[in-house]
Amino acid sequence: MRARTCGRFSRNVFLALLGAGLAAGAARAEEDSWHLSGMMAAEVRGFAEAPAYEGQSGGGQAAWILSPELDRRWRDGRRQLRVVPFLRLDDLDDERTHFDLREAYWRGVGDAWEVTVGVNRVFWGVTESRHLADVINQTDLVEDIDGEDKLGQPMIQLATDRPWGRLQAFALIGFRERTFSGPAGRLRTPPPVDEDAAIYESGAGSGRIDGVLRWSHYFGDWDVGAYWFHGTGREPQLIPDPARGRMLPLYRVIHQAGVDVQYTRNAWLWKLEAIAREGQGATFGAGVAGFEYTFYQVGRSAVDVGLLGEYLYDGRDDTAPPAFEDDDLFVGSRVAFNDPFDTAVLGGAIVDRHDGSVVAFLEAERRVGSRTKLELETRWFLNVAPNDTLRVFDRDSHVVLRVSRYF
Amino acid sequence: MNKCSRPRRNGVLWAAMLAVATLAGAADASAEDKGFEIAARSDRSDRGFGDSAVDLKMVLRNAAGQEATRELSLRTLEVPDESVGDKSLIVFGTPRDIEGTALLSHAKILDPDDQWLYLPALKRIKRISSVNKSGPFVGSEFAFEDFTSLELNKFEYEYLRGEACGDLECDVIERRPRYEHSGYTKQIAWIDREVHQIRKVEFYDRRGDLLKTLTLDDYRQYEGAYWRAHALHMVNHQTGKSTDLIYSEFRFGLGLSERDFDKGVLSRIH
Repeated sequence: MRARTCGRFSRNVFLALLGAGLAAGAARAEEDSWHLSGMMAAEVRGFAEAPAYEGQSGGGQAAWILSPELDRRWRDGRRQLRVVPFLRLDDLDDERTHFDLREAYWRGVGDAWEVTVGVNRVFWGVTESRHLADVINQTDLVEDIDGEDKLGQPMIQLATDRPWGRLQAFALIGFRERTFSGPAGRLRTPPPVDEDAAIYESGAGSGRIDGVLRWSHYFGDWDVGAYWFHGTGREPQLIPDPARGRMLPLYRVIHQAGVDVQYTRNAWLWKLEAIAREGQGATFGAGVAGFEYTFYQVGRSAVDVGLLGEYLYDGRDDTAPPAFEDDDLFVGSRVAFNDPFDTAVLGGAIVDRHDGSVVAFLEAERRVGSRTKLELETRWFLNVAPNDTLRVFDRDSHVVLRVSRYF
Repeated sequence: MNKCSRPRRNGVLWAAMLAVATLAGAADASAEDKGFEIAARSDRSDRGFGDSAVDLKMVLRNAAGQEATRELSLRTLEVPDESVGDKSLIVFGTPRDIEGTALLSHAKILDPDDQWLYLPALKRIKRISSVNKSGPFVGSEFAFEDFTSLELNKFEYEYLRGEACGDLECDVIERRPRYEHSGYTKQIAWIDREVHQIRKVEFYDRRGDLLKTLTLDDYRQYEGAYWRAHALHMVNHQTGKSTDLIYSEFRFGLGLSERDFDKGVLSRIH
C-alpha cells in the first residue's frame, strides 16, 4: 500500500494517445459532419437545516452546468467519434466546481466485433433504489449521492453479439478517484474527505489497469447479465487522519462477481442485482431484489402509475467501505403522465429495518417549450439513528431546482 | 402462416352442404375469407423490402390547437416468415432533452412483443412490459399497438362492403385484434382497389364507441414495388387531440441484418 504517486502516468499516456487517435479519426471522418448538441443548466439547492459541521457554509447553493455533446458518424454509422465534456461551477463548494470528460471515444463496429477506445460511461443494472451491480465508472459524488452521476472512465472495450449472447471485455486504463464535497460543502463526513490524498493498495497506484468480463443475454421473458471484475474497487474506505482533520480515501484491489436479472411478465418487472466481493476486509455478498408493477392508463387517462418494492441486503462489515443499505426496504412509485411534455415523477423511501432510519426522495421533471426542462429533486433524511451510516447527512435534507436548456 | 382459427374452403360439396345447414354461417365464412384476402393482398404488396430506414416528424396537437413536435428515426428489418413479426428500432432526435432515447421491438404475432428502452441520461437499457399496447406512444394519439401491431395475422377479418373513398374505389373490411391487451374491439379499414393500400382506419374502443380515425395520404411507390404513406393523420374523437406523422423519403436495401437489431445495438445509440 502506498500513497498516491504520479501514478496517473498510464492514464495520461492513454489520453494523449486517444487525443491523437481522435484527431486522426476526425481527419478521416469526411462523409459526415460533427453533430453538436448538449445542455446548460442553472441550479439552486436549498437545505432544510443549518449545517452541522464547522466550516460548512449555510444558506443555499447555486451552480451552473454546461455539457455539450459532439458526435460524428461515418461508414453507415459503423465508425463513431463522440466527445462529451462536463463542467459544474458551484458558488459555495470549490470541490463541487469540477470539470470531467464524461465521454471521449472512438468506436468501430465490424461484422462480428465492436471496439471502443477512449473515455466512456457504461451502466449495468435493473433496480431503482440502489445501483449495486454497476461497476465500471466511478461515482461523481459531488453531483448527487444517488450513485447515478458517473465520471468518465478511460477504457478499451471489445464486444461481440452472438447467438448465445453479448460478450464484453474491458481494460480499464487508469483509476478515477471519487469526488467528495469540500470543507465548505454539504452532504459530507464531519472531517471532510481529502479526495486528493488517496491511498492505493495497488503498487501501481491510480495507474493500475483493471479488467472486466461480462456476458449478457435474454431468454424469452428473462434478461440476464453476469460479470467478473478484478481491479481497484471504486468504493473507498475512509481512513480518519485526525492530525490534519480530514479523512483519507483508501482504495483496495478487489475481485467482484455480479449478476443482474429481470423477469418481465405482463405488467410486472421482477428484478435482482447481486454481488460478491473479496478484498475489502471479509468477503461479503450484497443484493437488491424487488418488483415494479404498472397500472396503465389509470382511470381511462393517459397516466401510468408504477409501484416499486425492493429489499436491500448488504453483508459487509466495518472493514469495508460504508454502505447504509444493510437490511432495508424500499417502497416507491413512478408516475408517467404520457403527455407532450414528458412529465414524470419518481418518489419513494428506503427504510432501515433495524433502526428505522429513512431516506425519502422525490424527483419530478417536465419540459417547457421544446428546449427547456424543469426538474425538482428533493431528499430527506428522517428519523436517522445515531449509529446509522446516514447519520452524517442528518441535517442535509435538501431541495434542488434545476432549469436546463438543451441545444 | 397461422390461419387455424379461420375456416377453410373445403370444396363445392362441403360448401353446398353447409349452405343448406347454416346459410348464415357460410356467408360469414365467406366474408371472413374475403376480408382476410384483401388484407393479405394489401400486406403482401408491401412485403419483400428486406429493410428500410426513414426519418419522421410527429406533431402533437391538443384540442386548443397547441402543437408539440418530436423527430425520430425508424429502422425496420423485415422478417419474411409471417408467423414471426418484424424487428424495429426507433431513435428520438428531438425534443433535445430526450435525444438518443430509443425503443427496440421484436414483434411477435400473438405473444407479447419483446421491447427494450434505452435511456441515454443513465445509459440504461431497460426491458419494458409490452402489455401496454393501448397506451399512448410518447404522448401522441398513436397507441403502441398502432405502430407495432400491423402484422397480418394479429387480426381476424371480415369483408363489409365496397365504396368510394376519395377518388378511389375501396374495399371496407373489419379487423378484430386476436392478441391480448388491445384497446380496441374492432377497426374498420378502407383499402383501395388500385394499389391495395390502406387509406383510412377507424378505431373502436373497448366499449365499442368510435375512438379515433386515421387517414393515410401521400402514398409513394419505391423501387416499383413498395408503397409507403408519407402523411398520417390521427384524430381522437373523444378528446379532440390529434397527431400527424410526416415521413421523409424511405431508404431501402441498407443491408441491415439481425445483428443491427440485437439488444446490444442499444448500447451503441450513443
